[in-house]
Amino acid sequence: MAEESKVTLYGYWPSPFAKMVEIALKLKGVPYEYVEEDLTNKSQMLLSLNPVHKKVPVLVHNGKPIAESLVILEYIDETWKNGPQLLPMDPYKRAQVRFWASFVQQQLQDSMIKVAMTEGEAREKLVEEAYEKMRLLDEGLKSFFPDGNPSIDTEHLGLLDVVFVSFFGNHKVHEEVLGFKVIDPEKTPLIHCWLKALLDLPLLKETLPPHDKMVAFIKFINESALKSSTA
Amino acid sequence: MEEGVKVVGFWPSPYSQKVIWALKQKGVAYDYIEEDLSNKSQLLMKSNPVYKKIPVLLHGGKPIAESSVILEYIEETWPQNPLLPKEAYERASARFWIQFGAEKGPTFGSLFTSTAGEEQDKAAKDALEVLKILEEQGLGNNKFFGGDSINLVDLALGWLAHWFQCIEELVEIKLIEPTTLPRLHAWVENFNQVPVIHENLPDKKRLLAHMKSIREMSISAK
Repeated sequence: MAEESKVTLYGYWPSPFAKMVEIALKLKGVPYEYVEEDLTNKSQMLLSLNPVHKKVPVLVHNGKPIAESLVILEYIDETWKNGPQLLPMDPYKRAQVRFWASFVQQQLQDSMIKVAMTEGEAREKLVEEAYEKMRLLDEGLKSFFPDGNPSIDTEHLGLLDVVFVSFFGNHKVHEEVLGFKVIDPEKTPLIHCWLKALLDLPLLKETLPPHDKMVAFIKFINESALKSSTA
Repeated sequence: MEEGVKVVGFWPSPYSQKVIWALKQKGVAYDYIEEDLSNKSQLLMKSNPVYKKIPVLLHGGKPIAESSVILEYIEETWPQNPLLPKEAYERASARFWIQFGAEKGPTFGSLFTSTAGEEQDKAAKDALEVLKILEEQGLGNNKFFGGDSINLVDLALGWLAHWFQCIEELVEIKLIEPTTLPRLHAWVENFNQVPVIHENLPDKKRLLAHMKSIREMSISAK
């Protein structure tokens, strides 16, 4: 592969933001080099590629860096035409995908983090808020799966599938560590079916971090966060 | 002939203003519906059940919420007078700065509700840092974020050219000055001279009074 067209992804294995970029590249069949960043000791390379945020993921293509996971996903979709089209053609449908992708990445993720960082009575209220947001997504999904049956194959995966599976593919990890059913088949039946269909796809299942490794990591993060907030 | 376009907005909001700017820049006719946020309409609740916020764009009766999503929809539906570059990398760059602006909202919010003292000094310092990044890495030596003419990034950051000055006046700190941020200061002047912008700004005095009361409410609620 010519040097100019080389693709490099700077990531961090537990990061859902980096994970979604990895999944997108694999779906499109784009050969790439993966560089694992140690976020406790960021490389000079990362700092020079993303001086504004100093975060992963960063995609480098044709020697030029792109940061911000959803921005990267749209770039990948516009640049490589193999594999599934991540965004639909119709502008209204594109708007719906962008709306919900942002909802998952900001609203849902934010709720999960808040639950993880809180103990006691206050936590109950936050869990209920998280469920409420999940219910909103479940309702919103009806327009994507009008017959109520999400059947998915790798050729037809879209941006929202990629974003959601990156954040919630490891939901059993969150359930184990947080002690509440993040994806409840009774509260959010459509989300439950959708995620099950996504996790049946080998490419997605294999790209997500292994369960036990993720549990150990999340436990460590939560314990450190709680320690520092009660110190 | 496009099917009915409606904008549900709120006159002091920079979020609904950027939707108006984009539509006007493209010459798209629309009906404007002023929302009373203290008494939200059925239309708003139905069109944006997730956030119950303005702005909402309705096109042929179909609602779209979230200003950044609305701007991309407008760009894709009415391609005349393009507001995003054609080339993929430049588009990614534009989207990066739109997101940066959105993420840094709370930084300016902190400044807006700060009162004199250590809290305000820190808030001013943080805001200045963001503005410096915008000037040095976002704007560079360009007249506009879009280059020679405005694009979605300028619209997304347009609040800095009119609403921010009200914040500066209320907290009595001037951050965007020709000595400290020469290029950003020039951008503010240039942006305000673009006809579509110039003709579509809320009255400064009325806006200042509105923002003053919001600020006072926020401070007393702290």
